[in-house]
Order: sequence, then structure tokens, then C-alpha cells
Amino acid sequence: MSFLTTVYAYLYYFAALVLLAGVTFKVVQYARTPAPLKIPTTPAPTTKAGVVLRMTREVVLFESLFRGNKWTWIFGWIFHFGLFLVTLRHLRYFMEPVWLPIELVQPFGIYGGMAMVVGLAGLWARRFFVDRVRYISSPSDHLILALLIAIGCTGLLMTFVFHTDVVAVKSFFIGLYSFDPPPLPGDPLLLLHLFLVAALMIIFPYSKLLHAPGLFFSPSRNQVDNPREQRHIAPWAKRLEQE
Amino acid sequence: MAKATFEVPELSQYLDVPPVTPQTMAHSKPFVAKPEFQAPLGFPGELMDDWQEKALDKMGELLGKYRSLRVYLDSCVKCGSCTDKCHYYLGTKDPKNMPVGRQDLMRKVYRRYFTLAGKLFPKLVGAEDFTKDVLDDWYSYFHQCSQCRRCSVFCPYGIDTAEISMAAREIMDSIGVGQKYCNEIIGKVYTIGNNLGLPGPALRDTLEGLEEDVFDETGVAVRYPIDQVGADILLVTPSADFFAEPHVDGLIGYGKVFHEAGVTWTLSSHASEAANFGMFIGSYDNMRRVAQRIREAAIELKVKRIVFGECGHAWRVAYSFLNTLAGPWDFLDPRYPVPQHICEFTYNLIQEGKLTFDKGENDDKVLTYHDSCNVARASRMGDTPGGQFEIPRAIIRATCNHFYDMDEDTIRDRTFCCGGGGGLLTDDLMELRVKGAKPRVEALNNVMLEKGVTHMAAICAICKSQFTKVLPYYGMEMDQIVSLHQLVSNAIVLTPSLDGEDDEDDEEEAEEAA
Repeated sequence: MSFLTTVYAYLYYFAALVLLAGVTFKVVQYARTPAPLKIPTTPAPTTKAGVVLRMTREVVLFESLFRGNKWTWIFGWIFHFGLFLVTLRHLRYFMEPVWLPIELVQPFGIYGGMAMVVGLAGLWARRFFVDRVRYISSPSDHLILALLIAIGCTGLLMTFVFHTDVVAVKSFFIGLYSFDPPPLPGDPLLLLHLFLVAALMIIFPYSKLLHAPGLFFSPSRNQVDNPREQRHIAPWAKRLEQE
Repeated sequence: MAKATFEVPELSQYLDVPPVTPQTMAHSKPFVAKPEFQAPLGFPGELMDDWQEKALDKMGELLGKYRSLRVYLDSCVKCGSCTDKCHYYLGTKDPKNMPVGRQDLMRKVYRRYFTLAGKLFPKLVGAEDFTKDVLDDWYSYFHQCSQCRRCSVFCPYGIDTAEISMAAREIMDSIGVGQKYCNEIIGKVYTIGNNLGLPGPALRDTLEGLEEDVFDETGVAVRYPIDQVGADILLVTPSADFFAEPHVDGLIGYGKVFHEAGVTWTLSSHASEAANFGMFIGSYDNMRRVAQRIREAAIELKVKRIVFGECGHAWRVAYSFLNTLAGPWDFLDPRYPVPQHICEFTYNLIQEGKLTFDKGENDDKVLTYHDSCNVARASRMGDTPGGQFEIPRAIIRATCNHFYDMDEDTIRDRTFCCGGGGGLLTDDLMELRVKGAKPRVEALNNVMLEKGVTHMAAICAICKSQFTKVLPYYGMEMDQIVSLHQLVSNAIVLTPSLDGEDDEDDEEEAEEAA
């Protein structure tokens, strides 16, 4: 293996490990922390099915954000939906043979890439132009936006301007499964793109990107509104009763 | 207009979001609780020497006990959706009153001591050491949150600043920095039984007075019993209802409704308070202790049902937490939910056609309705989601001819807090209360101008007390705020009672029971 290929192979093993272990750790931590009181923001569904529907609307449509701020919703939704399409498109690098749905989504993935950058640019602009959002932004908020935009732009550049050998890229990633990847093309743009993606994977479990798993554990959204019908008591609170 | 030592905000017709103006409310702090108010609640008397270490220990403990706190501190992406939603920000312009600004006071400490990024790169992620200055900011701004949860409606992750304010207050209490108003009141509940410190004889006196007044006015002997063993219903209501206008008019109304329903009911001198300030200070232990009184009273009085009077956070604690804190309630009649809200009770009777109203009795008023935040965003009435919005409105429509809602963006789950909830209803926070009321008063003013509204009905004791006090600052009259059951009381057509002459026997029974 060339030096570069080795470095990137280890970088991706490391990034995948950090991402998986880190997110798993946080999810387990959230799941294990009790929610001692029923605190759904009402009007809340009174059945589990209703809660699933509420969560689905939040995850897919960003319902609360829509009610909260239309500009943030438009840009935020464009970005996330774009990112979703891009991710689907990229799955072809990680599977052999490529599933039909992934093949079908390929052209949309390109539009997704553009949408992603547009959405991010809008979100970033808000951090400068809206005084309230400027006030709450810390350097890391700007850096994460910069990182995501850089990932989007390097990706789009490879699609439209400086093409890279995608067949070799795919072989590299498939090769990672068997711990014997073939050489990675040495294009600077590709290497930058891959480096930034690895960086994103590594910071994920230590940053505000935890909002992704966090949403599913938010008691104000995921609790059923039935406290009169069913007694809800956390283990630590139950111990108080035995005292 | 009342005198103010601060500038009362000018009302505008449209909700305008003010420019960020840092530190405008940094000076606002409630009185600190003295050691004698801290002790009965199990808190240290004054700021401990090793407060920082103790506070961080407590924070770690709460992070392990409350999923909400843990998830909410991690999940915020600073999207800004909440920034223009808090009535205190809209009224004061202080960015630390933006929900995210307030949360960040705790989040920066959390990041510094509990996250890798904050330990390694504090500046990058906005992490800060827990210094005395930060603690002072906590004391100022976590006592500028009425825990109304409006922000949680608009947050894409449902982050609820109330949960963070409660945790911050519990941490501060645990190192000896308590807020006088809340902690003194909780102490009074433990020693006397209610927030206002009204002893049993005073309650009995008031209730006898009410019976006489209602009899003089209507010629019907409506009963207002207390400590009546074997009554069907235990009514738990805020102690303000025994004491002041417009609250007491609501209590008169409850009695008339029970009279028409033909049920026996009683108040309890042991649980003569529906409010539970344990919630405001985020203390599960104290909230539980306050809630247990209701269980004790229900057992002692051998009642079959529990009904709560008009009070916002009391209803939240009752509806959402009572089963958790003081349950199970399997000794009560299983045909009724435990507890019920007085509005549910009245509404059900209206549905069954058991109440007759002369709506004309309220024709001197044009009504609007203020959704109290804890009822609107943290509880329910009836069987379906949103019953807490529809049931009170249905009662108003049944008892009044003239009713108009305020602007859609300011009612139901988007309702604006009165500005006095969450343990802030104290004179030392008057500036905050007046400024925080601005968005609600603005909406009220608009509907007064557009529809000729004269009165606003509410079902929360804190809202009623707060508006009585702050409306005059905006050039309005204090009696423009009315209790919802005051409207019921005015319009209800009473059936003369058959047992109008047995008052004296009941009194003896009451004394024996007490």
C-alpha cells in the first residue's frame, strides 16, 4: 500500500470507530437516563401510534421549526433533504452490487448536492445578518457550517469540473472491508473531500451534531400524554417511596 | 397609572422583535432566601465555601436523573427558532432572555466540565468556567424564566428551557442560593398548609362569609364546606381563592356548580393549597412532599374524587405529576379521572344539560380568554388532545354572549405567559413582570381596540394576580381580569336547595373532623 492509501485507510477506520462508538455511547446514555416526569409539550398525542406520527413529522418535515421560523426552516430543510439524497447517492461506493433504488437515485443525488450547499449558505448567512442568531453563534457553529459547505463544494467540483477515478475510489472503500484496500487516486480534491468527511465523522459524537439522535430522546416530543391513565415513575423516584 | 421606577414598554399593534441589547436586565434579581427559609426545604442556609465543586456534583447528579436535561444540553444547534419567542426577551431586549441565551448559561458550564470538546477547546465551543460571575448570571436570569415552555413549542428538538431553569434553581438551592419568594412559600405550606399562610379557622371564617354572601345575593343556600368527612369530592384550589378578587369569585362559582350538580364536596384545611412551588424550584423531593398532602387529605376525608380549582401550574402538577408523585389513586372512584379540573367538571354538566345559564347576566362584559401556559402547553382537559383549549372556551360561550379570541399567534399552545409565572410573582421582580407581560397585553389591547373587548378571563391564580397588578402599568384597569368561574357564577341559574337549614349540624361535623 502506498503511504497515502495507508494513511486514509487508517483515517477511515478511526473515523468509523469514533462515529459508531461515540454515537452508540451517547444513545445508550440517553436511553439509560430516566425521564422521571411526563413532560410532553401539549397538545400531545394520547397514544403511542400518535407519538410515532408526531416524531415522524418532526424528523421528515421539521414541523416545529416550520412553526418557529420560516427562513430557518426553508434553508434547514433544503440542506437536510439535500444531504439525505447525497448520502443515498454515495451508498454506491460502499456496496457491490448496487441496489436498484440507489441506482435510481443517482441523478437526484447531484441536485441534492447543490441543494445542500444552497441550504447551508442560507443558514450561514443568517448567522451574520440576524442579530439574535449572530449573538448565539460560537466559533464551532461557523466551523461546522464551513466544514459541511467545503464537503459539498469539493464533491460538486469533482462531479462537474475535476473528475476523479470513481471506480478506484469505490475499490478503495470496498477494499477497506477486507483490510486490504487498493490504492486511492491521488487527486488533491478527492483527498481533501475525504479528509473533511472523516473529520465530520470524528466530531459528530462530540458536537451539536448530536441533535440527530437527541431528537428521538426528547421527552417533550416522544412521551405519550396519558399521565392520569398510567402511573409513570422512574426507578430512582420509586426508591423514595420505599423510604 | 401605577408609578414605575423603570420604563414601561410602549404597546404596538404588531409584534415587533427588538434588537439584541445585552445586559438590560442583569440587575434584576429576586431577594435571596435567608437561612430560616432554606432549612425547612432541606437546603443549606447560605452560599457554601466549596460551592463550585458542590454545584458541579449536583449538576452531574441531575444529568444522570433527568433525560431531559442531558438531551437538551447536547442537542441545541443554535438555529435561532426560539430567539424571538420568549415574552421576557420581547419585553426586555436582553439576549440572555432568549431561550437559547438562557440555556447557554448552563450549557457553557456543562460543556466545560462534562464534554470532551469543552474540556479541550473551551473557546471554540463556547464553554466557560463556573465562576462567581457565571453564578450571579444564573441567579439573575434563571429567575427571569417563568417556565412557560413557549420556546419548547417552536424548537425542532423540543428543548424545554423550563427543564433547564428548574435544574439551575435546584443546583443553586443545593449550594445555599435560594430564592426567598418560592422557598418561604413552600415552608408555609409545610407549617400552615397553604401559600398564603391562612390557618384553618381563617379559612372556615371566609367560607362561612361566602355562604352568607351568596345566600344574601341569590336567596339560595349554597354550601362551602371544609373538612367534611365522607364528601364525594375533595376540591383542591389555590389559597388565593379564599382571599382576594378576582380569585374568590371563582371559588363562589365552583360552589354554585357543585350545588347544581347535587354532589357533596369539601375543601381540606390540610391540603388547602393547589399550588406546588416545588416545581418552580425544580425540586422533586419538595414537589413530592407538597403533593403528598393531597393524598393524606383524600384518605382522611374519605372522598371518592379529586377536583382542582383554577390554577395553571397546579393543574400541570396535578394532571401530569400527581399520579407519579402521590399515586396510585386506586382507592378513589375509578369512573373518574384523578384528578379532574373544575372546567372539566363544569363542562361535563353543561354537556349533560344539567346547568341552566342566563347569559344576559354577563352582558356588561365583552370577553376574551387567556390560555394559561401551564394548562395550554403542559396539560390537558377531557379526552382529546387540545381539550384544554376547547373546554374553557366552550364554558365561556355557554355563559356569555360576547366572546372574541385574541390573535391566533398568541393563544392556545402559542399563548403568551402573563409574565408572573414560575415563581416570579413577587414585588422584587416588578420590572421584569411588567416588561414580560408586554406581548400578552399587546394582544389584549388589540382585541380591545378591534372588538371592543372589556374583560379577559383566565383560569390561573398567578395569571389573575399578575394581571391585576400589571395591567394598571399599561393604563388598563385591574378588574379587567376575571376568573372563568366568575362568569359561570354570574350566569348560573340556581335551584333552591331543600336542605337549606342544616348549616349548624354541618359545622359541628366539620369541627369534629378537624
